Amino acid sequence: MDANDLINLAYVAAATLFVFGIKMLGSADTARRGNMVSGLGMLLAVVVTLLADGLDYTWIIGGLVVGSAIGLAAARMVKMTAMPELVALFNGFGGLASLLVAWAEFEKVREIGWVAYELEMQANTVFSGFVIYAAMLIGGVTFTGSLFAYGKLSGKLSGSAMVFAGQKALNILLLIAILAVGAVFTWSTDLELAYKLFLTGIALALLFGIMGVMPIGGGDMPVVISLLNSLSGVAASAAGFVIYNNVLIVAGCLVGASGLILTVIMCKAMNRSLGNVLFSGFGAASGGG
Amino acid sequence: MDLVLLFFIFVLAAFLGLELISKVPSQLHTPLMSGSNAISGITVVGALLAIRSEAEGTIGMILGVAALVFATVNVVGGYAVTDRMLQMFKKKGK
Repeated sequence: MDANDLINLAYVAAATLFVFGIKMLGSADTARRGNMVSGLGMLLAVVVTLLADGLDYTWIIGGLVVGSAIGLAAARMVKMTAMPELVALFNGFGGLASLLVAWAEFEKVREIGWVAYELEMQANTVFSGFVIYAAMLIGGVTFTGSLFAYGKLSGKLSGSAMVFAGQKALNILLLIAILAVGAVFTWSTDLELAYKLFLTGIALALLFGIMGVMPIGGGDMPVVISLLNSLSGVAASAAGFVIYNNVLIVAGCLVGASGLILTVIMCKAMNRSLGNVLFSGFGAASGGG
Repeated sequence: MDLVLLFFIFVLAAFLGLELISKVPSQLHTPLMSGSNAISGITVVGALLAIRSEAEGTIGMILGVAALVFATVNVVGGYAVTDRMLQMFKKKGK
């Protein structure tokens, strides 16, 4: 059994702890222990990943220390009432991290070229291009969407729905542009062109995150944050496909799927449908309601 | 690793995630969201693996370190704030 087998076995244990953690978080008696169980899974996944070959520990320790200090300080100092917006901010950071992981991998492709990359990773280049773009896109939308939600909840931005004429058409155009750029990126073999498309894709994704949250009112923000939380899971899962890592795929997908169900439950508690929450702002533009 | 196998675990994890949540009391909606947000910080593992000392170019390295910092804030802050929420929940309940 080599180090890789050991790492993967530990990933199985970590994924199991995540499953139990989420399950226990769903009922009042076990919720706090559930959070600790899932935290233990995360600790296990991180510690065992440090056994991988060729890591640069100086930067890793620095990054872990800085990130932990910021995270702990923010979580300790935040007022009780400001917790939901802090969760939104954290969620945005998670999305940004997925975007950056995808970008770092694309830099590796740019460094050695698609052919060498295909040999080294034993990957299909079209599939790799597709998942790199997907992880970047979902992570980017999660990032700016969550930041915008944070701004609305914390009162730094106006909490009311912002609607303007032609907003729906603009968003649809934006979506089409994102998909078109992605399609050309995925099948492009010219790395110079692919790089430009990738940077354009990042800009479009960041813009789309803002545009998507803009027409939604402040009262609906918890539902939107829950949906963005689900998206950040999908982004992590996509990043897992980029680097062929099973714990990212499983944990991200668990969060994506359970987050989606939670979002639907939250909508039902408000006697609304998810579509109604997401698109009611558009109705407000024409019908005033 | 075999791509088909990865798809396989992805689909199974999706169904597991869909079944995992049911009838959550409404006071627990926010802590549950916060707790699963911390789990989505699993990208931290991807960030760690991006920080390699071999020739990978400076930009890739910078991106990896930035990803690590943001993902760590998400993970550590996420778990800590969820714990605080649940702590206060318990006090209120009793």
